[in-house]
Amino acid sequence: MERLAWLVPALTLAAWALILLVGRRLPGKGAPFGILAVGAGWLLSLGILGRVIGGAAPYHLRGDWAPFSTDLRIPIGITVDGLAAVLLVVVTTVSLLVQIYSVGYMRGDERYVLFFANLSLFTSGMLIVVLADNLLFLLVGWEIMGVCSYFLIGHWWEDPANARAAIKAFLVTRVGDIGFLFGIFVFFWAAKSFEIERIIAGVESGAIGSTTVTLGAVLLFCGAIGKSGQFPLHVWLPDAMAGPTPVSALIHAATMVAAGVFLVARMFPVFEASATAMNEIAVIASITMLIAALLALVQDDIKRVLAYSTVSQLAYMMAGLGVGGYESGVFHLFTHAFFKAGLFLAAGCVIHAVGSNSMSRMGGLAKVMPWTFWSFTVGALALAGIFPLAGFWSKDEILTEAWNLGFGTPAEHVATSQGVAQIVFVTGMFTAFLTAFYVARMLWLTFGSAYRGDRHPHEPDGFMLLPVVLLAVGAALAGLLGSPLMGETNFGSWIATPQLPARGAVVINWGLAATATAVALVGMALGWRLYRKGLPEREYLTRLPLLYTTLEHKFYLDDLYERGIVRGVVGGLAPATYWFDQRVIDGVVNGIALGTRQLARGLRYVQTGQAQWYAAALFVGVVGLAVVVTQVIGR
Amino acid sequence: MPLLYPLVFAAFLFSAGVYGVLARRNAVMVLMSIELMLNAVNVNLVAFSAYLQDKLLAGQVFALFVVAVAAAEVGIGLAIVLLIYRNRETVNIDEVDLLRW
Repeated sequence: MERLAWLVPALTLAAWALILLVGRRLPGKGAPFGILAVGAGWLLSLGILGRVIGGAAPYHLRGDWAPFSTDLRIPIGITVDGLAAVLLVVVTTVSLLVQIYSVGYMRGDERYVLFFANLSLFTSGMLIVVLADNLLFLLVGWEIMGVCSYFLIGHWWEDPANARAAIKAFLVTRVGDIGFLFGIFVFFWAAKSFEIERIIAGVESGAIGSTTVTLGAVLLFCGAIGKSGQFPLHVWLPDAMAGPTPVSALIHAATMVAAGVFLVARMFPVFEASATAMNEIAVIASITMLIAALLALVQDDIKRVLAYSTVSQLAYMMAGLGVGGYESGVFHLFTHAFFKAGLFLAAGCVIHAVGSNSMSRMGGLAKVMPWTFWSFTVGALALAGIFPLAGFWSKDEILTEAWNLGFGTPAEHVATSQGVAQIVFVTGMFTAFLTAFYVARMLWLTFGSAYRGDRHPHEPDGFMLLPVVLLAVGAALAGLLGSPLMGETNFGSWIATPQLPARGAVVINWGLAATATAVALVGMALGWRLYRKGLPEREYLTRLPLLYTTLEHKFYLDDLYERGIVRGVVGGLAPATYWFDQRVIDGVVNGIALGTRQLARGLRYVQTGQAQWYAAALFVGVVGLAVVVTQVIGR
Repeated sequence: MPLLYPLVFAAFLFSAGVYGVLARRNAVMVLMSIELMLNAVNVNLVAFSAYLQDKLLAGQVFALFVVAVAAAEVGIGLAIVLLIYRNRETVNIDEVDLLRW
């Protein structure tokens, strides 16, 4: 079964090529082929995961893609271990459901075919990242996703705002990618190999110096910051909402943003070897989760609330990894995929019904759209971390890890410092409260009270409803896989790899779990109290004008980038390079052409049309040649 | 007869032809000058053939070829001159400069 793992991305790639080339003439405009391909991939992934849980040894397929010399070989290969198997299932599941959903959501779109082609390619990119056994191949998938996010966010590019959001997403992640690329260089230089296994072996055996490890790990994390929307590069994620809702679900749940977290998880032994890197991850994650949760409080656009919650939850995953909790971080990635995809797709149903993203034009939808309402509620409660839904278990594991390291008895070999773990724990708790609050706000503004829009909302068709309901079931149950109910063979043992052997399940701290749930419930209760009557005349936060304006301006980060970087580039650098291109580079080319033309303009007067002139020239030439041949060469 | 005599004669003949081609305005004169040059070559061919006592008489045969070609050439040349005269009322070669810039 593992031997067929390469088929999973290959199938979606084939679907992409097929849909792109002849999609217009295929039945269903190519959409069924994308769904079939990822569906087959999903079945394969389930089989692989079953084998891995059953204890199959990791499978490694290696090849040389470009063997330049004995020192420089560019490998291509896949690794199928626990981590990859779990991610395969997550990616194919979400992608499958999103594609089914898109059949309903995108019906009648003028670029329907292209949309499905891009979805397939996007999925392939993430599958390549998941399976890659070396950093270069991983980078290939990474960049495929980068360009697909650009295509898909800008799917409706007729609106310049969407096109700008697409460019922003592409360029901001690119900033992080530069760090990622240099991280790859550092490790190639140090380990003489791109292969993840060898790099990790080099780090663990001490063959790579600790300074190099720190440098490389920090640079790699730059890539994760960009891709996973961590502070200070999280600004692209909320703007990425310009894309169609299924794309948001795909980007935010299974692909793209998960890639950064996956990268850190895949290279985890490398990060673990550097206290600096671990502390950096934990601190950045703490900042990110807090500011993103705060920003979610003031959004009116339902998708933006979800976007900021994604940023915040990604930071949770990073924080879990940062305090040494490999299992808890990946587990949160796993559960988050289900409830966030479900939330986005349900929000898409609402947007479809209401014709607006704005929560001030929703309200009272619980009665009209009961299926959507209940699915959304399950997802929202899972996001808030309410027992016993998915988010509860994973969030609790992360908080437990942080608590153990910061205040209790830490697990062995964790490089993160205690103080940082305390910060993570406190911000994590506070973020849990904020999360519950904005979730409650979103829930009641959307579904509670009375309808404020002017369309007649209705339940969507089966194509859209089925994935939403299935994901809600997943959001309800996925968490149990990592719960004590599963005993020793729970989620943590599934994702063990040879480099990261299972360390035993995180022992659940019931006191901590109760506290976290209580905090979440208080947050929900506060949200219910403030928003159950619908939209307040004035947002409550406006009573704190300083905080409110800061949040309205997104902590002035966008302004900072706009003024500091974008304007400098657009106003100075871009015109300068344009001038250089037009005047200097084109100038040289045009100058040569113009010079030739002028020269010819002068020379053409030689052509007098007088046959006798030509004959004279011929005669002189022949005499000249005769002289040369007899006097110079002949001697 | 020494070889020098026909060679000097041929050289004079050829030079006269070159002068005619380059300096005369009348197209018919130019054509006649070309004939002079061709015949200078013929003289050379025959002279060398006799001097080298060639058994195959290649020089003489070549001279015959040249005569034939010259006849053909002058036939075409005179036809062109005739047409130019019909069109432009002139056979002055310096007034026929359609192929200039």
